[in-house]
Amino acid sequence: MTAADTTTGNAGLAIEQALIFEQNTDSATGVDLAPVPHTRRKLGALERKAPIGLPGMAEPEVVRHYTRLSQKNYSIDTGFYPLGSCTMKHNPRLNEKMARLPGFAEIHPFQPVATVQGALEVTDQLAKWLTALTGMAGVAMSPAAGAHGELCGLLCIRSAHEAKGQGHRRIVLVPESAHGTNPATATLAGYQVESIPATASGHVDFAALKARLRNDVAAVMITNPNTCGLFETECIEIAAAVHAAGAYFYMDGANFNALVGRVRIADLGVDAMHINLHKTFSQPHGGGGPGAGPTVLSAALADFAPVPFVVANAGAYGVAEHVGRDAGKAAFGRMKGFQGQFGVYVRSLSYILALGIDGLRQASGDAVLNANYLRAKLSAELTPAFPGLCMHEVVFDDTWLKGTGVATLDIAKALIDEGFHPMTMYFPLVVHGALLMEPTETESKATLDQFAAALLALARRAKRGDQAEWFKAAPRLAPRRRLDETKAARKPVLRWRPVESHAGGNGGTARQAAE
Amino acid sequence: MSQLRFTKDHEWIRVDGGVAVVGITDYAQSQLGDIVFVEVPAKGKALKAGGEAAVVESVKAASEVYAPITGEVVEGNVALPDAPETVNQDAQGAGWFFKMTLGSPSELDGLMDQAAYDKYLAELKA
Repeated sequence: MTAADTTTGNAGLAIEQALIFEQNTDSATGVDLAPVPHTRRKLGALERKAPIGLPGMAEPEVVRHYTRLSQKNYSIDTGFYPLGSCTMKHNPRLNEKMARLPGFAEIHPFQPVATVQGALEVTDQLAKWLTALTGMAGVAMSPAAGAHGELCGLLCIRSAHEAKGQGHRRIVLVPESAHGTNPATATLAGYQVESIPATASGHVDFAALKARLRNDVAAVMITNPNTCGLFETECIEIAAAVHAAGAYFYMDGANFNALVGRVRIADLGVDAMHINLHKTFSQPHGGGGPGAGPTVLSAALADFAPVPFVVANAGAYGVAEHVGRDAGKAAFGRMKGFQGQFGVYVRSLSYILALGIDGLRQASGDAVLNANYLRAKLSAELTPAFPGLCMHEVVFDDTWLKGTGVATLDIAKALIDEGFHPMTMYFPLVVHGALLMEPTETESKATLDQFAAALLALARRAKRGDQAEWFKAAPRLAPRRRLDETKAARKPVLRWRPVESHAGGNGGTARQAAE
Repeated sequence: MSQLRFTKDHEWIRVDGGVAVVGITDYAQSQLGDIVFVEVPAKGKALKAGGEAAVVESVKAASEVYAPITGEVVEGNVALPDAPETVNQDAQGAGWFFKMTLGSPSELDGLMDQAAYDKYLAELKA
């Protein structure tokens, strides 16, 4: 199964690493504990009769084990990560330094408010930046991530409808070009989802949307720029039609990184939009750290924002915690135990203050420029799914692979051998065999050129016509060759289980039968 | 055994002794790729023509299976969730999703027959 044909299984300095349970040596331990003095046992029948089964290892081996595993990670710190829709941009180290300041890192949510004034000021300042950048009336800071922010927006919308006696509205319209979380969110908020088709140009079918806008519609959720990497040019007209029908307009702001400093969200007629702080305002995310999804709200919805929120009062900061007591009766409730992802707030504010309004504007411009640079370069061999310029991400379909026997998946696997994290595959669903790439603004021209050269070379190879087998064998140089994704999905093995231990103890390696 | 009828969403339906059997077409399974998860409706579930009836998930995508006509579920193919690969192997046979009553038999007339579906596929592939 390993890629290397060596005695050790190691590929040069890329060390082959067994599971920690397979390295188990009962005699080894990282610590010497003194024998437990005799005490009266009080566990009765609950007393453990067999060893717990933790692996025994010496400290140097444990350190090597986890260091080697960490070296197998591919991250934005090691290379280009063009995963579409994910905004894998560089995380400035200044943000990390700020987040680690003891006054931010070592505080506790139960501390008296008087002792965390600085932290509350950070939250309040960030809230002011988010409302200023979007032109919206208010913001709910506490949602913990993008989809949580969507839920916050829809719960505000539900509360607003109920307050107006419009609780009978049960339908949320979601176009095909929206993020996949949108229909899930609407369902979780108790609504029924109806899908609106996309046009051939990759936009919302406005005519179809308008035809469905009746008095049972509570909200329309539109992702803008959408997952095809396109700006919904009829956004303002859509918002007007939605409002005329008595519904609210939710805009998925996951792709706000393409708009910052250039589009004032309020001017589009938006009632609610979440902002993925971890994407737009740079945080380690996708396994590297938590996200945060503050939701900006129009004047019609701002009063329904959930508790808690920071209240600034003559230079002193307080926290509104209770609906009806210090937060007004309209607040729909609470979404999160404490104040939200505070560490993310610190990093985001640090990012915003470091770049300034001109820098933020340049970042969104460069993100769009980089995506269009890739689009132009790759169009030499690949087929863009839609004509014209794109926003922060570019999507190609698989027309260019027709007749080659090579599929989108094979191209992605071959890219691993070239040292790149593959792009997003087979999404958005409206594009056949989609390859979705988001380079972000932090990649240099040299990196984009290298990536384009690698992908174009693969494309030329695929088009030779007799290369299907070569592609099906990729990746060749990764720690593992092509994995059986079908079997992994159909018969997932989610935990290691020892097979019958060898006679005379459990010192031998017990490799799992299912592997 | 009556003839097969097809929807534009690539479901097939076959009326068999007063009950209709529904599944996804061979073309649909070939486009989805290896199917890894199937959810079939429970007996008694009311279905509306064009409404969501079942779920199919492949290594590439998750999709809904829509009811071709209005009616009520008589039986879900309980073997399918444990062996989703059956849909890849025999989409228009053993890989059926559910059986349903014919709430409004005239709805069948609005569906495509084999020749019309073949023509529809040819247009899609063009």
